Amino acid sequence: MNFFWAFAVGGLLCVAGQLLIDLTAMTPARVLVTFVVAGVALSALGLYGPLADFAGAGATVPLLGFGHLLAQGAAEAVAERGLLGVLTGGLSSASAGIAASLAVGFVMALAGRSRDQN
Amino acid sequence: MKLNAEEYSALCKQASPRSPLARDCCWAFFVGGAICLAGEGLRVLYLRLGLSPEDAGALVSVTLVALSGAATAAGWYQKLASRAGAGTLVPITGFANAVVAPAIEFRSEGLVPGVGAKMFTIAGPVIVYGTLASAIWGALVWLTGAGG
Amino acid sequence: MRRGDTVVFGDAPAVTAWAAAGGKKESEGPLAGGFDTLFTDARLGEETWEMAERGLARSALETALRKARTGAGALDGVFAGDLQCQCTASAYLMRGVDAPFLGLYGACSTMTEALGLAACLVSAGHMRLAAACASSHFCAAERQYRTPLNYGGKRTPTAQWTVTGAGAMLVAPGKSVPKAPRIAAVTFGRVRDFAVRDITNMGAAMAPAACETLLRYFADTGEDPAAIDCVFTGDLGAVGSELLGQLLAREGLRLGPRADCGLLIYDRAEQDVQAGGSGAGCSACVLAAHILPRLAAGRLRRCLVVATGALMSQTTFLQGESIPGIAHLIELRAGAAQKEGSA
Repeated sequence: MNFFWAFAVGGLLCVAGQLLIDLTAMTPARVLVTFVVAGVALSALGLYGPLADFAGAGATVPLLGFGHLLAQGAAEAVAERGLLGVLTGGLSSASAGIAASLAVGFVMALAGRSRDQN
Repeated sequence: MKLNAEEYSALCKQASPRSPLARDCCWAFFVGGAICLAGEGLRVLYLRLGLSPEDAGALVSVTLVALSGAATAAGWYQKLASRAGAGTLVPITGFANAVVAPAIEFRSEGLVPGVGAKMFTIAGPVIVYGTLASAIWGALVWLTGAGG
Repeated sequence: MRRGDTVVFGDAPAVTAWAAAGGKKESEGPLAGGFDTLFTDARLGEETWEMAERGLARSALETALRKARTGAGALDGVFAGDLQCQCTASAYLMRGVDAPFLGLYGACSTMTEALGLAACLVSAGHMRLAAACASSHFCAAERQYRTPLNYGGKRTPTAQWTVTGAGAMLVAPGKSVPKAPRIAAVTFGRVRDFAVRDITNMGAAMAPAACETLLRYFADTGEDPAAIDCVFTGDLGAVGSELLGQLLAREGLRLGPRADCGLLIYDRAEQDVQAGGSGAGCSACVLAAHILPRLAAGRLRRCLVVATGALMSQTTFLQGESIPGIAHLIELRAGAAQKEGSA
């Protein structure tokens, strides 16, 4: 059942993104920014945590989950370190994903090649 | 020519075909859902291997990022995305694609001004505004915590 | 002779030779048979997409010169343009062609702008042999104007596909080659901007400019539209062509057959190109692979080619400016020898 909800919730969050692209004049880059900020906001309102418990990767894999991760990190760091946590929390919690992306990006830049879309 | 911008805008709207909403959403749902399903499969696997939920979650992200990077370099991610739209954009694999694609593309402009500088041209705003929003939330937590 | 915005040539210069070079998608399109060279490797063996585009332009120009049994040394001027920043595909092409070079930027209207200027200078006797070239490359355009090639994005149905191709044409005084197709008139266009801001709907941004130039050509010359075999617009695509039809109807100008370079070069039903082809190479390839061969064979007697360009940049687009459109028109006629209907 967990697998079903991961699929359904993840799919629906993507449909929300598609609706934003097709129905508004929003570019994909703006949709991504909107999603990550919305993830922070929903997490702050205490709504995203329960969704992540319920749908697992269906809620954490979409970019809203990235925002949730940032918000959680900031809140936890503030609890542990006080004011400095405001600055350290977000990026530390997201560091695995960001560092992995840039490491993979670097390796692929050396190994891969720009390809024609034909 | 007897024409003003408002009239022309109305003509344009009529003549320009709209995106096929139902088909786009179907693609986004099934492809996006499938990527999340794969993520859930990995998460369950990592939990079974004895990782903590936090570590399992981080490792799921890292695995998906690596897979997306490889698919991007092979040119498959772009091919899938040309149909899947937000289905490949919204998951973390889309973030990885947005980092890896410019890194590959601008390799021809060198490692520092090309790969290094252009890597976050598309994905950078996500980190900028995500981090800013989290800092604002952190500050609110601190203020309310300090106040009460 | 000048009438309004239109230059009507008393002694119409001839297009003595032409050539088209294309890429893989063009080789799968309906005009494939008309191309002189088709490269299935989009890189043309080069390291970068920019140099690959230069390679396309070089192939087209060298083939045209070979067909005319002449060399670059005979050229008094080369009018060339492309879509790359600072017109570099053409500049690097000219690194290997020792002739005076005039770089042009007219976006997708470059081909008729170049041909029109070449015709003016040849007709006035300032040049004996001039070349006009235009090129574009899907990959070079994509990475410069849109996103990296491996980036996953979905195209909107109004978007157009940049042609990977180049066309080159040689222009000489008409008397020297009576059989060759000739450039009878040129109408240089005026910028028209009706506040289209959607960068994925360039056909819509360019259609008013095409309408304006056509209206001026017919007003200036007093020609009967029925005397024209075909009006080739380029590259308005499906959306822009439809809009041009509506604009012409509102103006009361009834044209005969109309075709669009962006719709001729690809088969939209079979090839995934959304609203059709675009790019400076689009009208260049259609001219060299389709229109000029038909004029030479006598299958077309008289036609207008109205290449259209969208003159924004990535910067002005991001700054929220609308897209200025331009359209340059040339009138082409079949050569003298075809008058008797020889085939």
